[in-house]
Amino acid sequence: MALSQAALSRVPYISTRWRLMPPTGLVAVAGLVALAAVLPVFYLIIRTLDGGTEAWDIIARARTAQILGRTGLLVVMVTGFSILLAVPMAWLVTRSDLPYRRVLTVAAALPLVTPSYIMAMTALEMFGPSGLLQQVLAVPFGLDRMPSIYGLPGAVMVITLISYPYVFLTVRGALRRLDPSMQEAARGLGYGPFRTFWSVTLPLLRPAIAGGALLAALYALSDFGGVALMRYETFTAAIYTQYETSVDRSIAAALSLVLVVLAVVLLFLEGFTRSRGRVYRSSTGVARPPRLTQLGGWRWPAFGLALLPVVAGLVAPVMILGWWLVRGLSNGEELSPLWGPLRNSLYFSLLAAGVSVLAAVPVATLSARYRGPFSRVIELSTYVGFGLPGIVIALALVFFGLNAVRPLYQTTALLIFAYAVLFLPAAVGSVRSSLLQIRPRILEAARGLGKSGWQATLQVTLPLTLPGALAGAALVFLMTMKELPASLILSPIGTRTLATSIWAAASEAYFARAAAPALLLIIAAGIPTAFLVFRDRRMRNSA
Amino acid sequence: MIHMDGVACTYPGESNAVLDGFSLLAQSGEFVSVLGRSGTGKTTALRVLAGFERASAGYVRLGKRLVASSFVHVPPNHRRLGMVFQDYALFPHLTVEENVAFGIRSSSGPDKRRRIGPMLELTGLMGLEQRYVHELSGGQQQRVALARALAPEPEALLLDEPFSNLDRELRAGIRREVRRIVKEAGATTILVTHDREEALGLADRIAVMGAGRVEQMGSPVEVYASPASPEVAVLIGPCKLAPGVIRGSEVTTEAGTFPVNGAGAGLGDGAEALALLRASELEIGPSNEGLDARIIYREFRGEYTEYGVNLPSGMVIRVRKRSADVFSEGDRVAIQARPGHRIVVFPRPG
Repeated sequence: MALSQAALSRVPYISTRWRLMPPTGLVAVAGLVALAAVLPVFYLIIRTLDGGTEAWDIIARARTAQILGRTGLLVVMVTGFSILLAVPMAWLVTRSDLPYRRVLTVAAALPLVTPSYIMAMTALEMFGPSGLLQQVLAVPFGLDRMPSIYGLPGAVMVITLISYPYVFLTVRGALRRLDPSMQEAARGLGYGPFRTFWSVTLPLLRPAIAGGALLAALYALSDFGGVALMRYETFTAAIYTQYETSVDRSIAAALSLVLVVLAVVLLFLEGFTRSRGRVYRSSTGVARPPRLTQLGGWRWPAFGLALLPVVAGLVAPVMILGWWLVRGLSNGEELSPLWGPLRNSLYFSLLAAGVSVLAAVPVATLSARYRGPFSRVIELSTYVGFGLPGIVIALALVFFGLNAVRPLYQTTALLIFAYAVLFLPAAVGSVRSSLLQIRPRILEAARGLGKSGWQATLQVTLPLTLPGALAGAALVFLMTMKELPASLILSPIGTRTLATSIWAAASEAYFARAAAPALLLIIAAGIPTAFLVFRDRRMRNSA
Repeated sequence: MIHMDGVACTYPGESNAVLDGFSLLAQSGEFVSVLGRSGTGKTTALRVLAGFERASAGYVRLGKRLVASSFVHVPPNHRRLGMVFQDYALFPHLTVEENVAFGIRSSSGPDKRRRIGPMLELTGLMGLEQRYVHELSGGQQQRVALARALAPEPEALLLDEPFSNLDRELRAGIRREVRRIVKEAGATTILVTHDREEALGLADRIAVMGAGRVEQMGSPVEVYASPASPEVAVLIGPCKLAPGVIRGSEVTTEAGTFPVNGAGAGLGDGAEALALLRASELEIGPSNEGLDARIIYREFRGEYTEYGVNLPSGMVIRVRKRSADVFSEGDRVAIQARPGHRIVVFPRPG
């Protein structure tokens, strides 16, 4: 059933003439969106390479190699730890009798909401040189200084806690789809539980693990706030420092170029592992629900372990922020300066969500309804923001704004444009998948009942796509709220968002002053997240 | 030899037993099919046998080995049984060859290949060795599943509704093919199905299941000719059960009076009975009595014509007749047993 439905949605039935010739207006609009998405980055690349040998000199410097090594180390370690953390957790919530599996499933994904710079601040408070842990350990052990968390260990911890949910979500999804009779077949053919896991389950999960690991790796590559606060200089941090401190922006541009190459390499690697694994259900039979492994005496210890990431990734940070806030308020700190940033954050996020979804509709329509190399190219070019770190896109827009569209530089419009480029993939993905669920037969039925093409679109397609579009908007809203580097670089002078306020306080180590905006940010980001989780559950119930 | 004796099984967290007092015996090399409606626990029985579910009571023996009881549970990987799943459960990350070789307990490559070769030949998969599962048709996938299960030379082959995913046109051919393959391999086979044609046509012996247990076991001919209960009768072929009364060696029902088979289920004169009426065992002729039986439909089927005869109570009896003489819809008719046929009767429950 699953297979045949997938097959149906992959090749929607459309009359041949339509399929070959999408309406010109649609192509023009989608093409413009795609062009807008890739133009700034192309501009950056061309301008930098135009510099000729100068750019190469910067890239070839020993310092660049150093940064490259550090970035690579971070990406590899974060990816590795994310897999080690996420795969067992995904298995526990899908295939064992762990208590409160449903609650834990939602909880395990929640650290996605926490911005890395907030995570880093609170991690420093807990594990820093004279943090909470040190104070607790000081009494019995006389420990007066913790080993430093700054640098690689802190950065790996923070980024892993934020990015493991990507792996968790994809692997959990794959485990739910994985036909349990595969494993039973292996057992019946003489394989014990461990050999079955190694030779059947793991290979079948490999594409999901690779997909999630790619997201985690791309995140590690692109994170700026977390690594900067942990004083671990990766490309993003180095680019930002160069941009802030030096008048000559060609160094920042050249470093960005290396980052672009790294992101492309990661995308390529993932594509490579995907092409080797084939995960199709071999036929369309009815999958019986898996037999849950009885954990026995391990049930509650496993529950505690599964709870740990969400405690460390969300609960503890929120508690620390609350404590800071209370302490700050009792010391006479004022809340009033927050209304401006909150209003800006909400305003920008709503605008970004709206613009992204509007821009996504033509692209998604083209890619869902008219297959072909042309629509593929357009769809792929809107995926720039998926692979490229925010700081690269921000920098590209600075260049573009300064040199090509000067009047737009330092305006809200350019900032929203950056957000839209960054988060367009999320919007396109949501709209596209809900469009794919509408079988063209339904539209033909509407046409057969006497509706014109436009009426069918308004009365059938639109209502059916709306939930997907809203989910996409919620996702863009959430990501815009958290976004830091583009907001820092492109916000009009004097305009602060919650994220930049937190950063301003935290980078000066005034953590307590960052508490109030950080809490507000988590709350504001939590609302669309709750919407997404709720929607996910409702959809599953109706399915 | 497979012997399941009084097996009970309850799924964890549920109070009702899926199996209760399930017994089944299959001799070496025998092909046994288990026929039952969905929900009677036939797949569960197979899964207990394979070791995927635990038996809470009773015994399961493979040859002389006790593999399951309330206190013994040999894990599936130590039972040496070949299972073919309803959805085949072929490994999509492996080729046909690798799938078939998966269960062969041999470390050396050449030795494995030596054993795969005949298996691929037996199942007609030569030339497809390097294909991946999704590149095969449904029938080919079926044969890979069969080859994979047979390759380790299992003590018995277990088939769980293996034909339900195939097109109707393919089914009959593949069924015959499967029977040929397992007979050639000499494997003891248990087939679980809800399709009576499949169960009757393939098996040496057939076990008909009621709720959680085997109601009757015997050769297909035996079971068809003398079903042990009305439930078995309904399951084994299309029929109607007409209430009637025994008079000597005949049974009188609303549909007519028919000679009773054998001992008449031990029913004495005047006993209330249920008569088993099957289309192929009945005939119709012109009406001579006061019985109000009328033809309500007539379907020409080529070799014969099927009539639906409506009785005063509203019951419709199907009757087959050679196409020569033709009745029309609305005609009054009388129903008789076909010459030489005797009707099976069951005691009528109070």
